[in-house]
Amino acid sequence: MTYVANSLIERAAHVAAVAARHADSVDREGRFPHEARRALADARLFGAMIPKEHGGEGAALSDIAEICCQLAQACASTGMIYAMHQIKASSLIEHGAGAPWHEDFMRRVATEQLLLGSATTEGGIGGDLRNSICAVVTEGERFTLEKNATVISYGADADAILVTARRALEAASSDQVMVVLRKQDYTLEKTSGWDTLGMRGTCSDGYLLKSAGATAQVLPQPFAEIAAQSMLAMAHLLWSSLWFGIASSAFGKAQAFVRAEARRAPGKTPPGALRLAEAGEKLQVMRSTILDGLRRYEEAKAGGDDLGSMSFVLAMNNVKTAASQTMIEVVNLCLMICGIAGYKNDTPFSLGRELRDALSAPIMINNDRILSNSATLLLAHRVEQRLAV
Amino acid sequence: MNETLRRILAQHGKLAVDAASLGETDDLYAAGLTSFATVQLMLAIEDAFDIEIPDRLLNRRTFASLAALESCVAGLVGEKEPA
Ligand SMILES: Cc1cc2nc3c(=O)[nH]c(=O)nc-3n(C[C@H](O)[C@H](O)[C@H](O)COP(=O)(O)OP(=O)(O)OC[C@H]3O[C@@H](n4cnc5c(N)ncnc54)[C@H](O)[C@@H]3O)c2cc1C
Repeated sequence: MTYVANSLIERAAHVAAVAARHADSVDREGRFPHEARRALADARLFGAMIPKEHGGEGAALSDIAEICCQLAQACASTGMIYAMHQIKASSLIEHGAGAPWHEDFMRRVATEQLLLGSATTEGGIGGDLRNSICAVVTEGERFTLEKNATVISYGADADAILVTARRALEAASSDQVMVVLRKQDYTLEKTSGWDTLGMRGTCSDGYLLKSAGATAQVLPQPFAEIAAQSMLAMAHLLWSSLWFGIASSAFGKAQAFVRAEARRAPGKTPPGALRLAEAGEKLQVMRSTILDGLRRYEEAKAGGDDLGSMSFVLAMNNVKTAASQTMIEVVNLCLMICGIAGYKNDTPFSLGRELRDALSAPIMINNDRILSNSATLLLAHRVEQRLAV
Repeated sequence: MNETLRRILAQHGKLAVDAASLGETDDLYAAGLTSFATVQLMLAIEDAFDIEIPDRLLNRRTFASLAALESCVAGLVGEKEPA
């Protein structure tokens, strides 16, 4: 409660400082960042985006993006956890308004600072978000749902999980709904661990999820609409924002390295400076791409047909594939600049964690899957050839 | 036009239900229409009616139901006809 008087960004800076202190142990031990989660709750940041009338602060997407970026500079896993939570919160906010159960639950998220997890990925389906094998089995006002969820980040520590499934046993694989499950509605049986290269603190174990609840917990709109109107764009924009945080963190270290060199040999430009210029150019392209995506989403949400258009989907796809690739290029350049000091794990210029965390981005919904989706859309859509918007 | 659209939908829609049994306003996405199938559908419609569906109409609403498709195609065929 102590920080609520301060701005969102000031509160985020405080949480980032906490996250930074524990980032190495979170990474080394592959453990959940409990300290940062507590700090986020104390700073009341979990409910930030929820509208004021439902108990939140009604924060703008650009503020949430900035928080993701700040957190990820300190600890990418914390940034990713916060981003994933907000992506789930956006499904509630955009598609739960008007539904009493979901409005009530939104208020609980804000007052109790609940952490929301996600179970879209399924055994036998992989990263193909828009198809499910599992199905909601309804009987009267109640349902049961079982899912072989092969990746649920912080599944063990979440207070609720939003799950995709087919609408009913006889529904087509793409006829999906999204169900909100509170901790008391489900059990998780661990089926696989998360001993990964990076993003180790997300603790994205695999589980057999078994649940039961009231049919009112199913979001009223089809998941097709939720994915198209908010979730895909939110995911690509907030992921990219935290990836920008990782790239900036690496860039900060490389710049400090070059400046130290410059101080040691006054009058000469250090050799790493050229690479730093190159990394700076990429960082700027990345930043512009993300900012443009954020602007486009906010404009589309404000009205018009853009949200459902092919051109919008393509734009959001491009933000994700470009940001993930560019981040890796930036971190790689920074490693070239810092050399052995970057490669070692115990110097102020160590880049191992940034590099390993960054490598998760192109496979988090595989870039090839996204590019092949864009390839199909480009059979129809003609890209903008004017510079003016 | 309705028959042609139904035929194209049966051929390219990859729906989970029989295209012949679809109601005019039935939600095609709920019937299993994917973004990939939408593009195939669009190409087939352009070919069959000798039209080009402009970018402003390439959105989910245009492909949401048979009725929506019909009004889109009717509009574009109408534009083509000399006044
Ligand atoms: C840090 C992290 C956290 C995550 N957290 C969660 C979470 O909380 N909840 C959740 O549900 N999921 C989570 N995921 C999973 C994520 O959403 C994707 O489902 C996952 O990254 C897909 O990986 P995949 O390689 O198994 O599957 P796929 O995307 O299915 O890819 C499998 C293979 O298919 C190939 N391929 C390429 N293009 C195509 C195509 N068009 N069609 C088919 N195959 C193609 C790819 O080369 C790839 O090797 C997380 C992932 C990461 C990295």
